[in-house]
Amino acid sequence: MSNQVTGAQSLVKSLEHAGVDVMFGIPGGAILPAYDPIYDSKIRHILVRHEQGAGHAATGYAQVTGRVGVCIATSGPGATNLVTPIADAAMDSVPMVAITGQVPSAAIGTDAFQEADIRGITMPITKHNFLITNPDHIAGAIAEAFHIAGTGRPGPVLVDIAKDALQKMTDFKWPTKINLAGYNPKTKPASQAIRDAAALIAQSKKPVLYVGGGVIKANASKQLLQLAELTGAPVVTTLMARGAFPDSHSLHLGMPGMHGTVAAVTALQKSDLLITLGARFDDRVTGKLSTFAVNAKIIHADIDPAEIGKNRFADVAIIGDVGEAMTALIPALEAEFKKSKPDLTQWWNQMGSLRSKYPVGYDHPADGSVSPQYVIERIGAISGPDAVYVAGVGQHQMWASQFVKYEKPRTWLNSGGAGTMGYAVPAAMGAKVGLPDATVWAIDGDGCFQMTNQELVTCALNNIPIKVAIINNESLGMVRQWQTLFYNSRYSNTSLESKRIPDFVKLADAMGCVGLRCDTTGDVDKVIKEAMAINDQPVVVDFSVFRDAMVWPMVAAGTSNDDIMVARETAPDWDSQEL
Amino acid sequence: MATHTLSVLVENSPGVLARVASLFSRRGYNIDSLAVGPTENSEISRMTIVLNLDGHALDQVIAQLFKLINVIGISEMTDTDSIKREALLVKIKAKPSEREKVAAVVAKYNGVIVDESDASLTIEATGPSTDIEALLKSLEQFGIKELVQSGLIALERGGVTLADRTLSTSGVAISDPNSATADYQN
Ligand SMILES: Cc1ncc(C[n+]2csc(CCOP(=O)(O)OP(=O)(O)O)c2C)c(N)n1
Repeated sequence: MSNQVTGAQSLVKSLEHAGVDVMFGIPGGAILPAYDPIYDSKIRHILVRHEQGAGHAATGYAQVTGRVGVCIATSGPGATNLVTPIADAAMDSVPMVAITGQVPSAAIGTDAFQEADIRGITMPITKHNFLITNPDHIAGAIAEAFHIAGTGRPGPVLVDIAKDALQKMTDFKWPTKINLAGYNPKTKPASQAIRDAAALIAQSKKPVLYVGGGVIKANASKQLLQLAELTGAPVVTTLMARGAFPDSHSLHLGMPGMHGTVAAVTALQKSDLLITLGARFDDRVTGKLSTFAVNAKIIHADIDPAEIGKNRFADVAIIGDVGEAMTALIPALEAEFKKSKPDLTQWWNQMGSLRSKYPVGYDHPADGSVSPQYVIERIGAISGPDAVYVAGVGQHQMWASQFVKYEKPRTWLNSGGAGTMGYAVPAAMGAKVGLPDATVWAIDGDGCFQMTNQELVTCALNNIPIKVAIINNESLGMVRQWQTLFYNSRYSNTSLESKRIPDFVKLADAMGCVGLRCDTTGDVDKVIKEAMAINDQPVVVDFSVFRDAMVWPMVAAGTSNDDIMVARETAPDWDSQEL
Repeated sequence: MATHTLSVLVENSPGVLARVASLFSRRGYNIDSLAVGPTENSEISRMTIVLNLDGHALDQVIAQLFKLINVIGISEMTDTDSIKREALLVKIKAKPSEREKVAAVVAKYNGVIVDESDASLTIEATGPSTDIEALLKSLEQFGIKELVQSGLIALERGGVTLADRTLSTSGVAISDPNSATADYQN
């Protein structure tokens, strides 16, 4: 039997073979041939309102399920609208395949209508990309794209397909084997590295498990728990790793970094050994690099060899899957600990006292307005650890990382590396599609919300009942905080006036969602419960909050972690600490 | 600053040069020269990249290059273990009265005069970079009108080939990221 199909049919069959169950996109001229077989496919296609929404939705879907997220767009502006979510996925190592139509191959390079060199544009922000002009190459490229996106250090892969390649006939053959000479990520760590790491840990008096998003990507929370309990070392989870280790666990010191806890930041600073697991020494964690953890030796476990030594020299490099690394490390450590196990009592005395003395906290505003931190804390408390929380970018994001208690991996989604405002609503949409039974909250800023809220229409029409909490401080709050602290309170262009315009409740209503409003502290619980009770429609709650709340603690950009502030002009009381 | 020569086997696919160039530019690595050409295998091209590293460890550059899916094998070409050559074409002004002198200089560096006109002589030469530099220096006195250099190419001494090492299925694993001369292969 002949398998003669059009390139477009080959594409859709390939996506089916790759196991795709949903994709997010918008059609247009160059990709139109593909939309005809999509019409008949069992793959669910969700028609978004902006391609950026398609991209972030694919990311949200991928973050909660661990599967490869898929988005699809036409050539030119359709493709360039995907640039932001692709860059975002690259920064946060999210497995994604983006499919774009391209002008017919004969027109490529002629500045044809809706032509953009999207392969060239996305070269630096994809793990790999393809331009396909021959229909015979479609199935192979799709198979390779999914393989590359989902294995090793995950990341976005773009497949750009010329319109004529979609229209011409080809023989469909799904490859049984992928043969990429230049791609064969190593997952099994070297045994010598494991032995060296175990030996270092067995000597360390001030170890810290510095846990990054890689642990979540590797589905390695179980191994992390074992390793932590075996070593008894303090654990810190970065912004990308919140949920990798239970917040309720006694070994957890919280999040390190620019807005991390005093205990987590100080533990890294004073440590003699950082056991780095799927983390990358980002500047938001290290502060001024030359002053970061100056007395610490570094064990660095990562699947990406290029992360080793990129920012910080590694004394022991464990290249491989971080889950496999921990699985190997545990017995090696048990053997070492039989010989001698360091006493961490003094280290814990110090860190424990910092943790109890400087918990993340906030004051209720003196003017009686609602505290944004309180709202977020209550959303977390009422919705519980099985809900998924998706933040935008800004103050509300930091508060959501601080005041929601995460107990499980893949329940906290945010744009950590790129810091993409507008991430929350579409990513929450994708998350809800991936986990239809979970409660999914977008915790968004009034600024961020105004970048991508149109996807609520998509949610309303496609039965994707997410919940959105707008933390409305009528400002670009995080920027305003920097203006308060570093620009003499000169508030240049950060006032959004969004308590006046737009009317978020009416806007929600107009988009087919339930709109709720909350202006008083006393109503917070009631309104959250009201939102929790609505499960057949998206809900948007406009929480009107105090304008001048600030995110603390803070390590100002470019300064040393040693200069962490717990409040304005207030350093921790180091004198009473013996460190 | 230290100079290193890397031989990089890449898939002979469109866009691969752009990927490498874009990587170097966005990560701030300085390329002294880059030569690309076909190899004994029609599906594979070979790049010879001369780098001036300032602050960036060579291993970091190699590891970043390796993240490009089209990059198949990388090896550092050291002075002792490899042969390195550059090609030069240079047009000089030499007056008829100076031509004998020019011929002597060219012969000293195993060059050849490949084109002559009333107003110019064109010389071809290949050799180690130091010889090419010395030849150019000696030709300066006659007045250099125009020149073009190929960029360095390099091949290991002995029977081993980079392709043998990096294309075999077992291959050499990414071993010690801190060893500057480790072969990298996926
Ligand atoms: C696309 C984009 N543009 C600009 C910024 C810079 N930026 C970071 S936070 C922020 C303010 C966000 O305001 P809002 O959504 O209201 O959140 P808040 O900080 O008030 O909680 C801005 C403008 C960004 N991160 N992303």
